[in-house]
Amino acid sequence: MENTNEMTIIFDSRPVNEGLARVAAASFCTQLNPTLEEIADIKTAVSEAVTNCIIHGYEGKVHKIQMTCRLRGRELSVDVIDEGVGIADVEKAMEPLYTTKPEKDRSGMGFTFMEAFMDEIHVESQVGKGTAVHMKKTIRR
Amino acid sequence: MEPWMQIKGACLTVTLPPEVDHPVSDRIRKESDKILADRYVSTMVFDFQNTTFMDSSGIGLLMGRYKVLGMRSKSIRAVNVGSHVEKLLRLAGVHKYIEICRQK
Repeated sequence: MENTNEMTIIFDSRPVNEGLARVAAASFCTQLNPTLEEIADIKTAVSEAVTNCIIHGYEGKVHKIQMTCRLRGRELSVDVIDEGVGIADVEKAMEPLYTTKPEKDRSGMGFTFMEAFMDEIHVESQVGKGTAVHMKKTIRR
Repeated sequence: MEPWMQIKGACLTVTLPPEVDHPVSDRIRKESDKILADRYVSTMVFDFQNTTFMDSSGIGLLMGRYKVLGMRSKSIRAVNVGSHVEKLLRLAGVHKYIEICRQK
């Protein structure tokens, strides 16, 4: 039988929970015995997705963020979901260096890092309804 | 001044914590911009010796200070950079503006 496992956590959109989310995702995938580099990649991707929910999705207001991590064989998938303002133009938002908040020193590299560090990323968003980021990565070791 | 910030002449050195994420970057930005408003600073050194994690907030922090210091070449240096941080800096293209020194 294929090795599967799943975890969902729901937390407040407070910046302090960015650390919680990335550590939870990293701990969850340790059962696949990932390399330190793979762990750092996953932590960065999760941190980017959750930071986006906090800064852009909820614009600093406190609401709920849901993160679901799944394992199927050697593949980890991570979904990060908010019910915030949504993204009108997902393609534009994913362009390197594009940011709507340059005054806050946002680099516009969030989605670029998610794309670089995970094998797959898929973004679903609806204005006024929220955003779901789906990411996948195969742990090679 | 926070204990992890040190000023010597016109050089401000910031020793970064183990994880440089959004809340940490916001705090460092506020603290360092207070110093930059008060004192003449021509160079900022970000010391990554303790840092094992960073995300794009750290890129924003470095590039933001580069702008504050007038976008001059060599005004910002990143030192004792480990492999994860270096990967992020290069992916973001920051190495074109900021001098990067690797961990020994």
